[in-house]
Amino acid sequence: MNDEITDNPEDPTPRVTRRSFLGLVGMGTFGAATTRTRRPRATNATTPPSTAAAPTTAAPATLGSTTVEATTVPRIPNTPGILVMVTLYGGNDGLNTLIPLDAAPYLTGRGALAYKASESLPLAEGLGLHPNLAGFKGLWDTKQLAIVRGVGYPNPSRSHFRSQDIWSSAVPATFERTGWLGRWYDSVSTDPLGMAAIASSVPRFLIGRKSSAVVVGGATASGGSSDFKIATRLLSQPDDSLGSLAARVRSTSADLGRVDTVFGPMLASQSSVSIQTATLEPGAVARAGNVLDDQLNVVARLIKGGAPTRAYAVSLGGFDTHANERANHARLMTILDQAVTGFLRVMAGDPNGQGVTVVVYSEFGRRLAANGSAGTDHGTAAPMFVAGAKVKGGFYGDQPSLTDLDQGDLKFTTDFRSVYSTLLSGVLGADPLSALDKPYANLGFL
Amino acid sequence: MASTIDPSIAHLYRRAGFGGTPGDLTVGTAAGYAATVDRLLDRSGPDDAEAVRLPDLIPLYFGPAPTAAQTQQITAQRQSQARLLTLWWLDRMATSSSPWREKLTWFWHNHFATSNEKVDSPPMMYAQNQYLRTNGHASFEALTQGMAKDPAMMVWLDSNTNRKGRPNENFSRELMELFTLGIGNYSDADVREAARSFTGWTVDRGAISTSLVQAQADYDTKTLLGQTGAFRADEVISLLVHQPFAAAHVTRNLWSRLAYPVLVDDPVVAELAPAFAADLDATKLVKSIFMHPKFVSADAKTGLVKEPVEWVVGTLRALGLTATQMDSGNPSILTTLDLLGQRPFLPPSVGGWGQNTYWLSTQTSLARQRFAQAIAARADLSWLDPRAPTQSLDALATRLGIEKWTPNSLAALAATTTAKSLVAIALTTPEFVLN
Repeated sequence: MNDEITDNPEDPTPRVTRRSFLGLVGMGTFGAATTRTRRPRATNATTPPSTAAAPTTAAPATLGSTTVEATTVPRIPNTPGILVMVTLYGGNDGLNTLIPLDAAPYLTGRGALAYKASESLPLAEGLGLHPNLAGFKGLWDTKQLAIVRGVGYPNPSRSHFRSQDIWSSAVPATFERTGWLGRWYDSVSTDPLGMAAIASSVPRFLIGRKSSAVVVGGATASGGSSDFKIATRLLSQPDDSLGSLAARVRSTSADLGRVDTVFGPMLASQSSVSIQTATLEPGAVARAGNVLDDQLNVVARLIKGGAPTRAYAVSLGGFDTHANERANHARLMTILDQAVTGFLRVMAGDPNGQGVTVVVYSEFGRRLAANGSAGTDHGTAAPMFVAGAKVKGGFYGDQPSLTDLDQGDLKFTTDFRSVYSTLLSGVLGADPLSALDKPYANLGFL
Repeated sequence: MASTIDPSIAHLYRRAGFGGTPGDLTVGTAAGYAATVDRLLDRSGPDDAEAVRLPDLIPLYFGPAPTAAQTQQITAQRQSQARLLTLWWLDRMATSSSPWREKLTWFWHNHFATSNEKVDSPPMMYAQNQYLRTNGHASFEALTQGMAKDPAMMVWLDSNTNRKGRPNENFSRELMELFTLGIGNYSDADVREAARSFTGWTVDRGAISTSLVQAQADYDTKTLLGQTGAFRADEVISLLVHQPFAAAHVTRNLWSRLAYPVLVDDPVVAELAPAFAADLDATKLVKSIFMHPKFVSADAKTGLVKEPVEWVVGTLRALGLTATQMDSGNPSILTTLDLLGQRPFLPPSVGGWGQNTYWLSTQTSLARQRFAQAIAARADLSWLDPRAPTQSLDALATRLGIEKWTPNSLAALAATTTAKSLVAIALTTPEFVLN
């Protein structure tokens, strides 16, 4: 037994449930009856032009990549780039998120799950957004939303867990314990506060060789009597007895002390940040919160407070829409849209927020053809969404063909590592080779 | 720990249960390791867990056009039942005198991970739980056959809407990847073919029963794992569980949860899986694990972190409290499990929960510190000398099943000034956080 395998390759990726989050934050305002979170199933979409070009740039391009420092939107000089990764667990239906308008294979394959062109929010090039992504449409219109189409990797795994591992490690061919952002951070610092997950455990992509992310909720201190606090500090001192897991128990406790010292005051003084109300028209009634709002609320408070954190992880689950997809996916699209849009609106009003880039992705898309349960089974390539003041809005990567399929699934056109490479240089100002095995094309959206 | 206790007996009681009482450990030490293994695996005796009263679990329905008030009321009732059902299971774990049965049920709950978040029926979740408790010790083939037709599982993985012509792959894929073969030992084509064999079933949510609608079942020829035939659901299960991969996968999972995490190609899996492949007898496999020299090795003794449920139940058993007693307080036991990220009946996905470093984060540290203080405040600590609690470190170690305090922990325990702080700190030491 060793460290390599205590991180079990088949460990599921951590999630945040609304329940765990609220418990942590102590937000008593959301009544149980209104916060019921059934595992959703999804809806679907309209399809891209049936004339979509064949997949093209699947191969990692060479570099020489013009590491673009985009400045289409004014921002404060020297504001450090901050990356906020929004993971959609379960396999988001890319075809019903970025909808191919009036495309016959989509309409035929999806049947009642398909969105008509008239229902969607049209963008360009025969594509439109899910009707509930009105906020994303607004970001698109102001050129702050990049949509990278057909993102995937060779020999796609249709296993949630394997594919999540691949997206986390950025190593498709073998099992790799560390994550792509963890490896980046190894090259930057050992301060545990540099990466933070709003979750109940650390997602693999924020695990490095030397350090891994702290996990933060709304509270940071356990309280207690003074002797308990003193003893807790003594417990967190290094001690090499009992092996590596025991050492980890101690170091995690020490990290919690750092979280409390640095993040505690920020969370306390910034408690009035409201992502929910940022999405509302004046006079509208605040809706019940959603789990992604709550997580991004913590992120917003830390960023406004000037936290030294460069990479954040938040997540939304429920995308494994094998049955009754339409209503459930639609509900998730609303949650995603309102939370991300509201968060970016809060960020836009804060000096530290100018450097924030939000990335939305999932472990795979879903099959073109619906199943008989009014749902869709596991698929492959799907769009990624990148939003923020630094982003050069528009489409990147080619839309996958709806007729040239791999076992009924889309063939990817854009390697996910080229997206990561672009984020590493464009947001984090890093050499992509600190995290990736070789050079990948810079897609130019930053 | 008092020198009269065999540390391997304490280790066995942690892994085969949720920690032994001082009485268990004394008896086990006297009886010897092998006899204690047999005693733990023996299901014939009475179990104190049977005294825990099962809450009323009634299927509740939304009518055809429920009003908002009706929806709210039924939702609240379902949530209440789910909460009581969870406390019931935790209380069984906390009070069982035959804890391996609960521990094995817990193992299978993770292996066949099913969440009430989608099932949304406490009675159905209870039925599955009781099925695992009753059948988990016997044939893995029979167990898997039963789970394939379990109402909660059918709702969870959409077998109840899987229809001939346009099959739903959800159950088929997870059956192969997670329940039997393990990833890499089947193809996507196998998933699609097997999905056809599971078509036609429906679930009656009121009766908590399943039935086959013949017209919606696909009885045509399929090709699966290189074999061709008109496989029905039970024939697919038989084919899968008798693949050598399945025995290795289950052996690996059991070893990883009971001893320390391994990959499927670990030598210990190769050593133990063939015997399991021959008869698929779960109890014989478990006995071979408990009796393996590596199970009591130093690697094993420091090789697992207590999962949150193991940790909270361990605190209850050590301090003589029940989950129901800790349902109030700040934080309550269920809030604590939510913060820790592991609530029974609500696994995060069909993949179940992770292990070890998965449970070591700044948030879980915080949650353990908070609950440790809450339960220490609630417990009867009169067995500690109130004037000099830190003089009672041996008694405390024995209570918690800890072999020996580390230097750090000794320093921390010595810094406490009250019995409550002493116990709260003890519950957060690496010694007790490890399993």
